[in-house]
Amino acid sequence: MDFSFSDDQVMFQEAVRDLLANECPPEVVRSAWENDTGRTDGLWGALAEMGVVGMTAPESAGGLGMDETDLVLLLEEAGRAALPEPLLEHTAVGIPTLAEAGGPIAEAWLEQAVAGEATLGAGADGGYAVGAATCDLVLLIGDQVRAVPVAGASLVEHQSVDWSRRLFEVDGEEVVLDADPGLAFDRAAGAAAAQCVGVAQYLLDATVEYVAQRYQFGKPVGSYQAVKHHLANAALKIEFARPTARHAAWCIAAGDPDRSRDVSLAKALASEAVDLAARTALQCHGAIGYTFEYDLHLWMKRGWALSAAWGDAAWHRNRIAAALGI
Amino acid sequence: MDLSFTPAEEEFRDEARTWLAENVPAEPLASMDTPDGFEEHREWEHLLFDAGWAVVSWPERFGGREASLVEWLVFEEEYWASGAPGRVSSNGVSLLAPTIFDFGTPEQQDRFLRPMARGDEIWAQGWSEPDAGSDLAGIKTKAQRDGEYFVIDGQKTWCSRGAFADWFFCLVRTDPDSERHAGLSYLLVPADTEGLEARAIGRLDGEPGFAELFFDGARVHERYLLGGEGEGWAVAMATTGSERGLNLRAPGRFMAAADRLVGLYQELADSRGSDLDRRNQVVSAWMGAQAYRWQTYATEARLRGGAPIGSEASFMKVLWSELDVELHATALRLLGRDGERADSSWMDGYVFALSGPIYAGTNEIQRNIISERVLGLPRR
Repeated sequence: MDFSFSDDQVMFQEAVRDLLANECPPEVVRSAWENDTGRTDGLWGALAEMGVVGMTAPESAGGLGMDETDLVLLLEEAGRAALPEPLLEHTAVGIPTLAEAGGPIAEAWLEQAVAGEATLGAGADGGYAVGAATCDLVLLIGDQVRAVPVAGASLVEHQSVDWSRRLFEVDGEEVVLDADPGLAFDRAAGAAAAQCVGVAQYLLDATVEYVAQRYQFGKPVGSYQAVKHHLANAALKIEFARPTARHAAWCIAAGDPDRSRDVSLAKALASEAVDLAARTALQCHGAIGYTFEYDLHLWMKRGWALSAAWGDAAWHRNRIAAALGI
Repeated sequence: MDLSFTPAEEEFRDEARTWLAENVPAEPLASMDTPDGFEEHREWEHLLFDAGWAVVSWPERFGGREASLVEWLVFEEEYWASGAPGRVSSNGVSLLAPTIFDFGTPEQQDRFLRPMARGDEIWAQGWSEPDAGSDLAGIKTKAQRDGEYFVIDGQKTWCSRGAFADWFFCLVRTDPDSERHAGLSYLLVPADTEGLEARAIGRLDGEPGFAELFFDGARVHERYLLGGEGEGWAVAMATTGSERGLNLRAPGRFMAAADRLVGLYQELADSRGSDLDRRNQVVSAWMGAQAYRWQTYATEARLRGGAPIGSEASFMKVLWSELDVELHATALRLLGRDGERADSSWMDGYVFALSGPIYAGTNEIQRNIISERVLGLPRR
């Protein structure tokens, strides 16, 4: 039993955190809200250059041969920065699922995807594929994993509350992959859990900073116990969700027999953590947090979206109940 | 990162499980908060100690087996899953022993640790006073120097099992002119000291599990001073979350209770049918215990990497104490009209769990610690 990350894993996390701190400030996130694609200029290329985009592919396909335990810290960082790029769909789900499936479809797409020359999307069957219009191949995950090339597919767009998330219903000529749909779904739900933790941590940190410098009645509002206890409760939820998300990543990488149950544990707790962090952040900011100009809502809305994506807390509770035989 | 157990850890688990299966009493012992139950639990501690299971993470010379922290957590998982009795020596082992390891002289370590671990000497905590609860620095009990002795006058209260214990570990004011955190000392006091009287107080469950301690000129030799004179506050606080035991309540206890709750739901669902609302409460309790488990293994890795546990122990205290209440409240809701029956272990567990958010620093104080010392919010 060893719950520590290696020096390499931590250094990779720090490198991505630094990149996103410099290259993905709130104005860049906002630009993805306003532009045609919902994505950024150049961030995906920068991540590809660092090896992040294709890290989950085997080295024989040009990747880094890394697994979910290497990726989970980067997903937390992506959440913390509200990164509007398809790290979940492409790197956490698309690449390992294509690599698992092999065959002509992997031959056609995998190396390009690893190099960042082709973008993979993913969506729950009957749900939405985020950013599908900017993707080349979309994986629809249900009872099977079906791959749909975007060229020639019909896309129906819906707007998300998070304007950087362009939601698409995708219908087109499909290939059924020889890949485990349950595993592909768990990869997505596990990655969403890690991102929820990152979003929640940002919301907490930003609110702690705000309430320490906002004065009312001659004192920082963060010195009042009512505010303190709101923030302590949010911190508690995050503190206990984070290890379950990291454990879920290990379960996926290690092929643990309880993988689905424990991915659900992580996603349910992470969804609840980000929901509470968003409510708390708004309440403790007061009216300024309720404005469109102030950046807080970029994270709140990402949190709402990720909380519901790939199974919300109630859905995952039901799956745990089934696994426990109740 | 490898979240599977090593073959050595699995072997340790098997050994613990096998011993427990052969030795855990078939019938539950009487409540440890009664005179007879206290002695029954003391006998159980002897049995554990003599087989090497009382304090697995301690050095061998004090009766441990030098187990790693992971192995201790594994032992706790097996211990509570086996239905073994509560640990009557836990206040000494979890709250005092870490301080003796860190601040005790070699003579004090040799004198106190083995008898504590074997249950030959069972300890109770003498910290709270009528006017010093959450605000512990308000302690008034005085211990004045008289040559090699301290002469204690004052009153302590809410001492769990204080009416039966053999020794008390007390925070007292050795500098009469001091205030608040200064001038306190950590004194170890034999229960049979002349001038010390312990009076039982009925707890919420009606058992005499609490005591008040009245000190009237009780003389205690200076060899029982733990750490420096006047440094009691720092000594007491340095090990409130200790690497040797991690904390008072290991996740195994709640994992076992959550598993029993799942079993109770299944049993009742067979006769009464399913009930989604209550089922989700059961799932939430199970999730809480699992989250505590993984957070604890993550904390173990941080400690092994050299980080202190520090104020983050407050996260654990709030989580387990509130989880324990919810878990038992859920069981009582499942039992419906039978929930009020006093012969159910769930009601006993519920009444006990309700003390958790109060003792060892109320959860309001813990939330203050989280917000001020972990998050860094301004104190005023």
